Amino acid sequence: MKFTEEHEWLREEDGLIVVGITEHASEQLGDVVFIDLPEEGTEVTKDEEICVIESVKAASDILAPLDGEIVEVNSMLVDEPSKVNDDPLGDAWFFKMKPSDLSPMDDYMDEAAYKKFVG
Amino acid sequence: MAELQRTPLYDLHLELGAKMVPFAGYDMPVQYPLGVMKEHLHCRAEAGLFDVSHMGQVILRGAGAAAGLEALIPQDVIGLEAERQRYGFFTNEAGGIEDDLMFANRGDHLFLVVNAGCKEADVARMRAALEPDVSVEFIENRALLALQGPAAEAALVVLAPEVAKMKFMDVATVSLNGAECWVSRSGYTGEDGFEISVPVDAAVELTRILLSDERVEPIGLGARDSLRLEAGLCLYSHDIDAATGPVEAALTWGIQKVRRTGGAREGGFPGADVILGQMAEGVARKRVGLLPEGRAPMREGTELFADAEGDGAIGVVTSGAFGPSLQAPMAMGYVPSDMSAVGTRLFGEVRGKRLPVQVAKLPFIPANFKR
Repeated sequence: MKFTEEHEWLREEDGLIVVGITEHASEQLGDVVFIDLPEEGTEVTKDEEICVIESVKAASDILAPLDGEIVEVNSMLVDEPSKVNDDPLGDAWFFKMKPSDLSPMDDYMDEAAYKKFVG
Repeated sequence: MAELQRTPLYDLHLELGAKMVPFAGYDMPVQYPLGVMKEHLHCRAEAGLFDVSHMGQVILRGAGAAAGLEALIPQDVIGLEAERQRYGFFTNEAGGIEDDLMFANRGDHLFLVVNAGCKEADVARMRAALEPDVSVEFIENRALLALQGPAAEAALVVLAPEVAKMKFMDVATVSLNGAECWVSRSGYTGEDGFEISVPVDAAVELTRILLSDERVEPIGLGARDSLRLEAGLCLYSHDIDAATGPVEAALTWGIQKVRRTGGAREGGFPGADVILGQMAEGVARKRVGLLPEGRAPMREGTELFADAEGDGAIGVVTSGAFGPSLQAPMAMGYVPSDMSAVGTRLFGEVRGKRLPVQVAKLPFIPANFKR
């Protein structure tokens, strides 16, 4: 699993990249009450704002971690946004993408480096 | 930036694991480890304890105190019975609201609680306007706690059985753990409960005793905001301000008959001509409740439109959040009076998209006061 400075995690699964937010991010956000997911089939560019996540406190954006196509979104989160607080690293993944350029993966952190990053 | 002030409970907040944020010049707990959502629901289910010591406590003393205060607010102060409290607001010459407050008749004096962000200005305004025989005493040696929720009475009765007799908006002097406390049966959550003015040197111990009751959890400003919004209550400088009058703000219920046109003490407060004129003739815009049809919260500043496309904004959201008890997003805002009927469908622009929202009745969650 890899981690970005935007507190997203990326996991390879059957040639796709599964993306969610970290436990640290879900704690910082507080209780999540709304999630706006991208449409399946959307072509996205790295660092493009593609999801909105709103907590009791504020709205934040989720950035595309790689160039590629969104092939599947976790629509369960739309009805149960609190899953992001309950199981951020498991059930509450946001989307799966088919990457067109995997090179940024080398720059992303491993778990040890991410733990250090969030202190 | 000026250094943030601390309430007498600051160290206790840190001990309880609170996350602190700046609010009205104070370093205040926005949430405890329970989190905003659970704190909110706990307060509606059992009881929550809030530190509201940042708010201003003021005593007016002297024969002309009630008449003097009536020259600054459009409420019936002279007619307020002893041991009773009332909601009010300071107005300005343009008919806007300078601050909102609670004032109580405590026998030989009036006791006021005003907003933290306005307290210096309120005290200065009263000192300038009141006759020299009325003293304006800014109380800085007392903390202020709010104990709110259906179990608030049960939790406080343990310390003082006599509070069970108090009804909504009653005030009394009560000894709590040996300290002389000024208690009112009121609050700002829509729940039954008490506000407790306690001497600073007794505040931490009293707070610990109240929190030792398993029904009582500490509640931060985050849940305080969602509780008051569900209850349809205004937050000063967001839902009401110096450029907004009580008629627009739908607060005319707070202007008693005796101060209205035809009343025995009609007018006589700043902006009376404007405000009484608006009561007779109506206003162009009104504060309303708003329920988004979807799940996306419409936050403060969200522009409102009459249609899904075209034309400029017709109104704006002044408070918006997710309602934990409502289990849906909710908001308050200002819209043209001819679009203020309950059920009117409008559109709020969120991240460039116009999403449907309906004008709704306030409060969103019915009040649970002990009448």
